[in-house]
Amino acid sequence: MQTFVGTPQVPSDDKRWKLVEATARRHGREPHALIETLHTVQECFGYLDESALRFVASVLRVPLSRVYGAATFYHFFTLKPKGKHTCVVCTGTACYIKGAPQLLKAIERRYGIAPGGTTADGELSVLTARCLGSCGLAPAAVMDSAVLGRIAPEDMVKRIEARIGKGLHP
Amino acid sequence: MTIEELRKIAETESAAQQKFQHHVCVCIAAGCLSSGADLVRDALKVEVVESGMQNEVLVKGVGCMGLCSAGPLVTVETEDQMFASVTPEQAPEIIRSLDTGVDPAAAGLHRCATNVPFFQRQEKIVLENSGRIDPERIEDYIAHDGYAALVTAITEMSPQEVIDQVKSSGLRGRGGAGYPTGLKWSTVAKTGEQQKYVICNADEGDPGAFMDRAVLESDPHRVLEGMAIAGYAVGAQRGFIYVRAEYPLAVKHLKTAIKQAERLGLLGNSICGTRFSFHIDIRLGAGAFVCGEETALIASIEGKRGMPRPRPPFPAESGLWECPTLINNVETLANIAPIVRRGAEWFARIGTEKSKGTKVFALAGRVENTGLIEVPMGITLREIIHDIGGGIPDGKQYKAVQTGGPSGGCIPAAHLDSPVDYESLARIGSIMGSGGMIVMDETSCMVDVAKYFMEFCMSESCGKCIPCRAGTQQMHGILEKITAGEAGPADVALLEELCDLVRNTALCGLGQSAPNPVVTTLKYFRQEYDAHLNGGACPAGACRTKDEVTA
Repeated sequence: MQTFVGTPQVPSDDKRWKLVEATARRHGREPHALIETLHTVQECFGYLDESALRFVASVLRVPLSRVYGAATFYHFFTLKPKGKHTCVVCTGTACYIKGAPQLLKAIERRYGIAPGGTTADGELSVLTARCLGSCGLAPAAVMDSAVLGRIAPEDMVKRIEARIGKGLHP
Repeated sequence: MTIEELRKIAETESAAQQKFQHHVCVCIAAGCLSSGADLVRDALKVEVVESGMQNEVLVKGVGCMGLCSAGPLVTVETEDQMFASVTPEQAPEIIRSLDTGVDPAAAGLHRCATNVPFFQRQEKIVLENSGRIDPERIEDYIAHDGYAALVTAITEMSPQEVIDQVKSSGLRGRGGAGYPTGLKWSTVAKTGEQQKYVICNADEGDPGAFMDRAVLESDPHRVLEGMAIAGYAVGAQRGFIYVRAEYPLAVKHLKTAIKQAERLGLLGNSICGTRFSFHIDIRLGAGAFVCGEETALIASIEGKRGMPRPRPPFPAESGLWECPTLINNVETLANIAPIVRRGAEWFARIGTEKSKGTKVFALAGRVENTGLIEVPMGITLREIIHDIGGGIPDGKQYKAVQTGGPSGGCIPAAHLDSPVDYESLARIGSIMGSGGMIVMDETSCMVDVAKYFMEFCMSESCGKCIPCRAGTQQMHGILEKITAGEAGPADVALLEELCDLVRNTALCGLGQSAPNPVVTTLKYFRQEYDAHLNGGACPAGACRTKDEVTA
């Protein structure tokens, strides 16, 4: 048995950290649990900030550099908080040839944000996905949790406006 | 669990299902789900209760039925009827029709013919249960011969017999490269008695491919059974499924399936009372295309950045935590149970001389019927695109089909009659790949498509080796220049040189195959490259020159 050196400092008394610790514990706090633990952090908090990375490093007893390295290597992890609403545009091959670039252009024209960006008021984030696997519905996008298939650029903007306008939360 | 006990579960389940006069199946795999299939299922269930037909009609959610472009799909299995684009409002009509005999089409439901080439020309092994069984119930899988292969293998066959069976079936890796599966298994088996692992590669990264997701969502037990048989054959006690975090439904179905199989003693300690134990864990990918490469995938399971390392040693000798590791793709493992159950000869009769069995393709792009298909090896591309796919919509002209994703190539009309098998596709410059098949028409510019794939490889390069890290960047730069109309013949010559260099010097498969889309488009669509040079316009009208963009 490996002995645990030092007590990991929980960044706050937020209950969600318990879930993060539980994931680490389930894998015996072994370094190979790094990606699984980062998944839990992102699932609970929506993104990975510095305090989260430090906490994960201390719980799994791995260097912070390794945690940061993994967090920045994988596209799925984000170090910045997302907007209140997210719009994910699929840029897989089928969607690309059926007009995904036009969707992104329409969003950029209306909201002035490129993929990866968030509006200044924090209302909307625009992301791209490598492939949603909904190729039969190309071009596809996901507005909050609703999948929009075979969507035209102007409808895309309308759907976003409807979502933000009503102030609905995901 | 003995084979008799298994049969008993199957019989009980079949009897329970046969009590119902009508079976109504709703596809609740991701494609149909995104068009509201769950609401359709609920509406059907409500109607069954309201019309008092609980004892006559069974409504169940099932996996992918294939024709994803027409979702949500509903079949009435007992009447051999299929309905497309069903809305929750229309759904009750289907139930009413079973009682009254009035044709639901009269109420505006869109009936989908099942005697068309899309369904008739397919041959299903991997997808035999997709669209027929409830993926969240192990009993339904067992009622369709599920786990019989595993129980037979571990109680009646020696590991060597299982390996011989897989070897003589001629099954080859379905992840794309086509390495003989039996050979891979025997390499791992020969490493002696020590800790070994079986990994299922479910990190389906090719954009435009969703075969593995459909299998995992529609029939997860089939993959678990394949893994357990593999574990028994090679002498491993632990398995990992490395699945994309972007497939939440597949992860959910897998988790449920593992729990159910453990409860019945088909996974876990001393399966069927034998000395064989096998545990399966799920590891989530985190969106890195390079993790489809086996050594990078192993690094990722170990919690590290997913970077490949030079081979040898191959994972079969030194893989996960330096132990011998068998890595197979989802579709490969999904073929195992049928092979063990029905025999190697049966499997070897399907397909061509060197490519046996069937292949699942995700047919998408500019084609009438998009969705998931399974066809025997050796079928021609023309049959897939024009018969099964229904041809190109809107009266447009076929231009190319792209197979193999960023590692594959674009195949022009001249090669449409080429058979689909590993060797034939390689001969014309593409690869079988994992099964993405994107059809393009005259509105797609082939230079732009090459640029799209290069952009993909550039951003997915892990950065470990220079040819890939710098080469993809440079090639992308030249392609940008070409599509902007600013390049000259010297740039194309440099591009060709770079293709050759990266292909021969990159560390792993990602880099080595990254030039493929450029090489094939240069080979078959050279005139499109030439048309863009020195300020020329894009023949397809897809690329814009700088002036147009700023205007």
